[in-house]
Amino acid sequence: MKGSMSIEMVGVGGQGILLASRILGRAAMNRGINVIMSEVHGMAQRGGVVVTSVRLGDAYSPLISDGSADILFGFEPIETYRGIRRLKKGGTVIMNLDPLVPIYVSLGRQKYPSIDEMVAEIKAHFPETKTLRATELAEKAGAAITANVVMIGALSAVDGLPFTKEEMLEAVRQSVPPKVLDVNTRAFELGYSAMREQ
Amino acid sequence: MEILKNDPGGKVFLLGNEAVVRGLIEAGVGFVATYPGTPSSEVGGTLEKVAKKAGIHFEYAPNEKVAMEEAAASSASGVRSFTAMKHVGLNVASDAFMTVGYTGVRTGMVVMTADDPSCHSSQNEQDNRYYARLAGVPMLEPATPQEGKEMIKYAFDLSEKTGAMVLFRTTTRMNHVRGVITLGDIPEKRKTKGHFEKEPSKFVTIPSNARREHPEMLKRLEKAREIAEESPLNYTIKGDGRVGIITSGVAYNYVMEMRSVLGIKPDVLKLGLTYPLPERMLSDFIKSHDTIMVAEELEPILEKEVKALAKDANPSAKIVGKLGGDLPLTYEYDPEVVGSVMARLYDVAVPYETEELKEIELPVRPPTLCPGCPHRATYHALGKAMKVLKIKPEDVVFSSDIGCYTLGIQEPFEMADFLLCMGSSVGAAGGFAESSDQIPISFIGDSTFFHSGIPGLVNNLYNKHRFIYVIMDNRITAMTGHQPNPGTGITGMHEVGQRIDIESVVKGLGVEFVKTVDPYDIQATMKLFKEALQYDGPAVIIARHPCALLEYREKKKKGPVPVYTVNDNCTNCHICVETFACPAFVALPNAMSIDPAVCLGCGSCVPVCPFNAFEVLKEGDQ
Repeated sequence: MKGSMSIEMVGVGGQGILLASRILGRAAMNRGINVIMSEVHGMAQRGGVVVTSVRLGDAYSPLISDGSADILFGFEPIETYRGIRRLKKGGTVIMNLDPLVPIYVSLGRQKYPSIDEMVAEIKAHFPETKTLRATELAEKAGAAITANVVMIGALSAVDGLPFTKEEMLEAVRQSVPPKVLDVNTRAFELGYSAMREQ
Repeated sequence: MEILKNDPGGKVFLLGNEAVVRGLIEAGVGFVATYPGTPSSEVGGTLEKVAKKAGIHFEYAPNEKVAMEEAAASSASGVRSFTAMKHVGLNVASDAFMTVGYTGVRTGMVVMTADDPSCHSSQNEQDNRYYARLAGVPMLEPATPQEGKEMIKYAFDLSEKTGAMVLFRTTTRMNHVRGVITLGDIPEKRKTKGHFEKEPSKFVTIPSNARREHPEMLKRLEKAREIAEESPLNYTIKGDGRVGIITSGVAYNYVMEMRSVLGIKPDVLKLGLTYPLPERMLSDFIKSHDTIMVAEELEPILEKEVKALAKDANPSAKIVGKLGGDLPLTYEYDPEVVGSVMARLYDVAVPYETEELKEIELPVRPPTLCPGCPHRATYHALGKAMKVLKIKPEDVVFSSDIGCYTLGIQEPFEMADFLLCMGSSVGAAGGFAESSDQIPISFIGDSTFFHSGIPGLVNNLYNKHRFIYVIMDNRITAMTGHQPNPGTGITGMHEVGQRIDIESVVKGLGVEFVKTVDPYDIQATMKLFKEALQYDGPAVIIARHPCALLEYREKKKKGPVPVYTVNDNCTNCHICVETFACPAFVALPNAMSIDPAVCLGCGSCVPVCPFNAFEVLKEGDQ
């Protein structure tokens, strides 16, 4: 590939974002494309906000500054909205619409904002916004836990990625245990189709 | 395991800390000891899995100081040794570290510090580059995982060439960055057993020896300085010469990123061997530039040295860095922080632009205790006991410690009032017992108890302090990724060692009130807390239940795990959210509900509901 590509992944600890970013990294490496990414380990993993930056191609920095990400890959609606500052003008948003309710919302101290309102606002600024119900699709595939692979399937449908859908699926095969390969393959395909239908 | 592949030139995708482990394998290291701490933990986590196959002896020590002492002795016995710790871990190990600075080493010894700019998982963002200066030892600073692997090998060679221990200074954005690593050779033989040749004048640091060692340490540093002048780790990337940038560590990545993004060509002096600094090399660089930018995270250490050298080398040079306010003294850098200064020097603009979206109030999402976490049940039971006894939060001091249970700081528990460092829960309790009119209640985990929770207990017994010591034993070092510890009795080599029994330790010290409870039994736990709160003397409660994540994993191996649900008994009273707050709870308008995707099926919530509304979801209910 020429130049570089920056993908910021945002979501919540426990959603499998680390695995998703590793699948993406593996797909790049298989293709001989340079990849660097920064991960979150430690305290934030315990149900907190997780941000992983993936840089492909000619890149030195493992971090992505505000206004410079090509793709914002949002695993949770409010985290997507929170992370929107990372995206460059005209950037692409892929967004899971299924929420994970933060503890203070369950406690009744804070309100979960309207997802429709957030999506409308994001779409108004970023026409290249695509949404899907990743958790619902994962349940359809057979396991809610595969929502991260649904998301990876969706990402593989984005134009301009430096590898094909097949190459991404191959990276999924290399990254998940064989006994759960079927459910993950179904999850991947559902994510891919959800994007193609938009 | 990819990391063990004997495939020189092959490429693998590794985390920075994994790359460090690969470096240890390639460097022929024979002994490693560590205590986990973010962002260093994956060094141990990886070695746990591969040490046996790689032929390395690997240990978890109860704390960083013990690990450091073991590594020093191993190196003195002729085995290449290594220890890794988080930045504040080096504070714990510093007593031994400082003295190894004096004695020097016979065989390569390298100490990795993992600093945490921006305090992602730490109580401070101290800059451990000062430690190299304090102990008088050479220091390397890798910028990327690949450099991490290569520099480990270099560090051992440097240690043996100079006779000095080497400080290997990393930061979160090296430790937790994943990249493509090119594999090198694995040596056929690895020395894990040597012989300690006695040399008391070197290794017994009585004053007369220590006085002689200090000038020896300075000689070793001089030798290292000469090596730094010629080292391939210190080099210049030539540009147009208008501006010179001096940089080290991960700041280099941001400099190079923005050099490319902005389309500018400053000369970049990249330093990898950063202490002692190559003064001649730096002076030459300073001489040939009128504008010099220094890019380093945290303290202006390089910048001050550059300024001092510029006084002779080029007094009129303009030096741009932290001291003039151009770059911040706090938090980690990113491309824009560094790039905006570079852009100004070249009179160009950073092309990054954000869209301003309308402000929507977004709920915060702090890290929380996991669903099923036994600590939640412990805090809940204590809250109940206090309520029954009419003891208000102001009547006690919750003296917390470092581990998952620190998250008890959050609502609805708010049971963390004071925290300094590992083990401070119990040390501070002595001060509160004496100087405040409140009852100190200390919370500590099993691993932290072994790390530094024992001396404070000795103190509180010896000095007759009344306090409640809650040892929250979840049978693992959980926060850093589930490492075994002396309480589990499994070693770093995954062998069975001696399990250290917490009850015996506490009783052996002479505590009379020592009681163990399973916090999932909320009634019993509450009763015990009531007893302890009314007991006039030091009381130890061991709240023991395995980490919910591990227990869930084990249960799942055996068969399907139940999921809980809310039945019609629910009156929507919210006692469960207000006193327990499991992340699986979802407040619906008319009743509570449980998110089956989050619930771990532990059932610890069942006794929390006064109306028995929590029950196992039966097959077909969904």
